[in-house]
Amino acid sequence: MLDVRLYLLQRLSAMVMAPLVLVHIAVMIYAVQDGLTATEILSRTQGSLLWALFYGSFVMAVSVHAAIGLRVIVFEVARLKGPALTLFTWAAFVGLLYLGMQAVYAVTAS
Amino acid sequence: MTTDFANTDENSTRTHMSVSVWRGEGDSGAFQQFQVPAQESQTILDVVAWIQQPSDPTLSYRYACRVGMCGSCAMMVNGKPRWTCRTHVKKVLQQGRLEIAPLRNLPVIKDLAADMTEFFDKWVKAEAVFHPSKTRDDAIEPINPANPKRIAASAAIECINCAVCYAACDAVSANSEYLGPAALNRAWTLLNDERDSANSERLQAVSGVGGCHNCHSQQGCMNYCPNELNPTASIAGLKRATLKHLLGWRD
Repeated sequence: MLDVRLYLLQRLSAMVMAPLVLVHIAVMIYAVQDGLTATEILSRTQGSLLWALFYGSFVMAVSVHAAIGLRVIVFEVARLKGPALTLFTWAAFVGLLYLGMQAVYAVTAS
Repeated sequence: MTTDFANTDENSTRTHMSVSVWRGEGDSGAFQQFQVPAQESQTILDVVAWIQQPSDPTLSYRYACRVGMCGSCAMMVNGKPRWTCRTHVKKVLQQGRLEIAPLRNLPVIKDLAADMTEFFDKWVKAEAVFHPSKTRDDAIEPINPANPKRIAASAAIECINCAVCYAACDAVSANSEYLGPAALNRAWTLLNDERDSANSERLQAVSGVGGCHNCHSQQGCMNYCPNELNPTASIAGLKRATLKHLLGWRD
């Protein structure tokens, strides 16, 4: 169900997410101190390749990490196996990636 | 059994315990109630033996050494896996009641005797089998007890194959392919054994779909191991070793 490659992928994606979450929280706390509005925040993020890469990386890591985690839960709780389990894992990955990238696009596209 | 039950009937004023014992074959069965005399120094295995010998000779259970060495007599006692020959009644009695059942996570043969086949088959699947690197014609290899690998192996070596950890493991309950704490703990000791020659095969064996990466580190194995081993730590060691092996890193 969970072999060494999936285990490695989940650990690597966690290693990517952890610093990105810390930077995100730190920037949020710093940015809202002087009462920035959503419009003002968007004016800084939209058109920024750096923020697109930052949040794009986060969404990619979350999609990988969560899809593998959900795979384990669905296998152990719902007893899903074989091709159905593989399909579920890919569907969770693609779904999360699609939703996340839509949000990244909305925040960073100019 | 050497326990003296000779005075049990004469001592009618002695308090009794209410003992529920699982009876049945395979998937079907039910708990049966017995009133068992309580004695001053009494193990769970003594209780089971009392039920079988003077009370109901058809009761099936397994034991051998009676001194915590052979790993034969493990059962669920009040819902927890225990080695019954070394578990004193006084430590586990709940309001004068005991519930004794066959080991969790294993098929039942009859009554309290669990079928250990899959438990031991998984030891082989995990390559938890010694593969010597020398023949009988070679000189005996000196082993330095202070070597860190030997220390790691020695810390996990005292397993008696009782399957208490296997019964305690929720990952085994959820995933029938999972090799389980005992087999993986043994694989870890062999991985650290300088005399063994099959580490590549072993790392491959514990990296598959039922391998060490399915452990959730809940530490039920460690909590219930009667020999106070820590299979979770051994499995964590295997996880590190398999990653290094996959990535081509050396120790």
